[in-house]
Amino acid sequence: MTPKPAPPPRKVKATPRGMSGAAAGTLDVDALLADRTTEIIVCCGSGGVGKTTTAAALGLRAAEQGRKVCVLTIDPARRLAQSMGLTELDNTPRPVAGVGAGPGSLDAMMLDMKRTFDEVVEQQASPEKAAQILSNPFYVALSSSFAGTQEYMAMEKLGQLHGQAVDQDRRWDLIIVDTPPSRSALDFLDAPERLSSMLDGRFIKLLLAPAKGPAKLLTAGFGIVTSALNKVLGAQVLTDMQTFVAAFDTLFGGFRQRAEGTYALLQAEETAFVVVASPEPAAMREASYFVERLAGENMPLAGLVINRVHDEGAEGITEADAESAGKRLEVGSATDKLTADLLAIHAARLKVSARESRLKSRFAAAHTGVPTVSVAALAGDVHDLDGLREIGDLLAKKD
Amino acid sequence: MALSTQLHVVTGKGGTGKTTVAAALAMALAGEGKKVLLCEVEGRQGIAQLFDVPPLPYEERKIAVGLGGGAVYALAIDPESALLEYLAMYYRLGRAGKALDRFGIIDFATTIAPGVRDVLLTGKVYEAARRREGRDFTYDAIVMDAPPTGRITRFLNVNTEVAGLAKVGPIRRQADSIMEMMRSPDTRVHLVTVLEEMPVQETIDGIAELTSQKLPIGHVILNLVRPPLVSADTRTALLSRTVTVEAVGASLESAGLDPKAAYDLMSGGVADIKRQDLQESQREILVDCGRPLVELPALTEGIDLGALFELADKLKNDGVV
Repeated sequence: MTPKPAPPPRKVKATPRGMSGAAAGTLDVDALLADRTTEIIVCCGSGGVGKTTTAAALGLRAAEQGRKVCVLTIDPARRLAQSMGLTELDNTPRPVAGVGAGPGSLDAMMLDMKRTFDEVVEQQASPEKAAQILSNPFYVALSSSFAGTQEYMAMEKLGQLHGQAVDQDRRWDLIIVDTPPSRSALDFLDAPERLSSMLDGRFIKLLLAPAKGPAKLLTAGFGIVTSALNKVLGAQVLTDMQTFVAAFDTLFGGFRQRAEGTYALLQAEETAFVVVASPEPAAMREASYFVERLAGENMPLAGLVINRVHDEGAEGITEADAESAGKRLEVGSATDKLTADLLAIHAARLKVSARESRLKSRFAAAHTGVPTVSVAALAGDVHDLDGLREIGDLLAKKD
Repeated sequence: MALSTQLHVVTGKGGTGKTTVAAALAMALAGEGKKVLLCEVEGRQGIAQLFDVPPLPYEERKIAVGLGGGAVYALAIDPESALLEYLAMYYRLGRAGKALDRFGIIDFATTIAPGVRDVLLTGKVYEAARRREGRDFTYDAIVMDAPPTGRITRFLNVNTEVAGLAKVGPIRRQADSIMEMMRSPDTRVHLVTVLEEMPVQETIDGIAELTSQKLPIGHVILNLVRPPLVSADTRTALLSRTVTVEAVGASLESAGLDPKAAYDLMSGGVADIKRQDLQESQREILVDCGRPLVELPALTEGIDLGALFELADKLKNDGVV
């Protein structure tokens, strides 16, 4: 048996983007944004860690530093959308008002997955065929509720925006995308692969069989499969699916080609992935998973953003000191009682901060060389551009 | 012993601790002597990590025991296994099941076919809830660590999901049976939130959506609630600035601490009061949501088995189980 030939070497960046020589280990957000070769930033992370906020804050900061930015958000919380002036999900990038003067600009859009899907069908198929597809019950269900559609369409939209930015009118020079809150973290990376394997699969060929003549497919198992499908799905569903697949057949190639194109784009040098987490065990575990997955897929990782981190506050007082002094002061004067309360807050904060530090150092030990930046916990949510600017300052460590 | 199987569906925005709450709820039920199935449906293995056991297979395993003969079994439901099991159980598709797999149909059904994935996941819960040993139901209760609030209504409302796909036929019948269970008096959907603006808004939206689909809502569980650490006097003094940095410094010095820490400690105190106020304003919004509220404290040490017992006690005392 001859050994398998080694895979061809892939281009790998010499140093991760955003890692400045002086402070290796810290994610230098401003360097990342200033680097004109950065054309796409993908923010990924588990749900509830502030992914969309980070994407929006990066977008605003980049715009105010002179970049022409488009932020693509998938499912923003209402207030965050409002903070960028997004009031409706209309699938079109809109300028964000109130961005500081200068050569930069900020556009933002929310993804409408069904509309994106419909538009692709309309562009790719003849009007009659498009109408036939758009009204097919299986297509309607697929385009509006299928759990993976969001990922496919986010990829599709990213490809479209990048095409407009780079090849057409140079409307943007940086696209920041916030990834869908998928159940499994990097579903969107799997989208092209899944699409390809599905389209090449025997199942599609099986569904196409009645249209193309079954002769070639009369292999062992074919009869069993169709009768099983009929039993489980019912004849009507099977017919709908067959009609859909037959109508869609000519579009498959284009879909796959574009999905593969976007996948290659994600691996390219102009892309930077920013993994977002919060200092909680589950979110940090997901972050580890992301970092490993990205490395496995040769995707360029810029670094890790850890949101909502608690620092230690007042220096020089340990948790034990605070607790023992607090006990003594509790029974003193009114000011002593107040000081005891303050020490109790301090002790609780140190506990949280110590737990967070343990999580961070565990991550750093397991993933050496991943530039990281911690963003301090704010008291409230972001409601406006000033709030996003504040986050931007924290991300870049400029107070 | 079980005359019926209760179903507790636990949802919540990402990061609010719904897996922890689901586990604590299962522990609380087991503490009452009940046989409980705790299941997850998102392939994250959150339960295994919480109980510090190896990743869960597609198989019900005992992971904890409660007092009075109660026990928690855990199950990670994945759609592929659920589909193969379903086909084997209802259609006796031994060989055909394998053929379906070979044709890529299992993969298609569980990843591409609209809505089928959710029907399979909830279908497995349905099967466990209706399973009997002799005359009695196998489980007294099932606790489901469900998808997040933003997706929960669609996830539970399997009927609508498959409506566009199948108007008649076996999938539709299966969806109808699941729907009946979801709306039965034995089912409760609990929403977990933290007292911050976005999760609270999502909870309010979630309640409206669940209500519009006639899905039964149980408790709203306020998780990670931070206890107030300052007295009313301290609060007034800090906010009205009637206490000086020097006075606090002197007080620190009298207790043998560095007086220079006074300023930072006081800003820490003011920030804490602000967060408390924000928490309070969010609590007030939820008081009007029409559902009973239960609070679980933030445990500064993090979550371990001991902490789960503590949270389970709180859930029991507050009448969630």
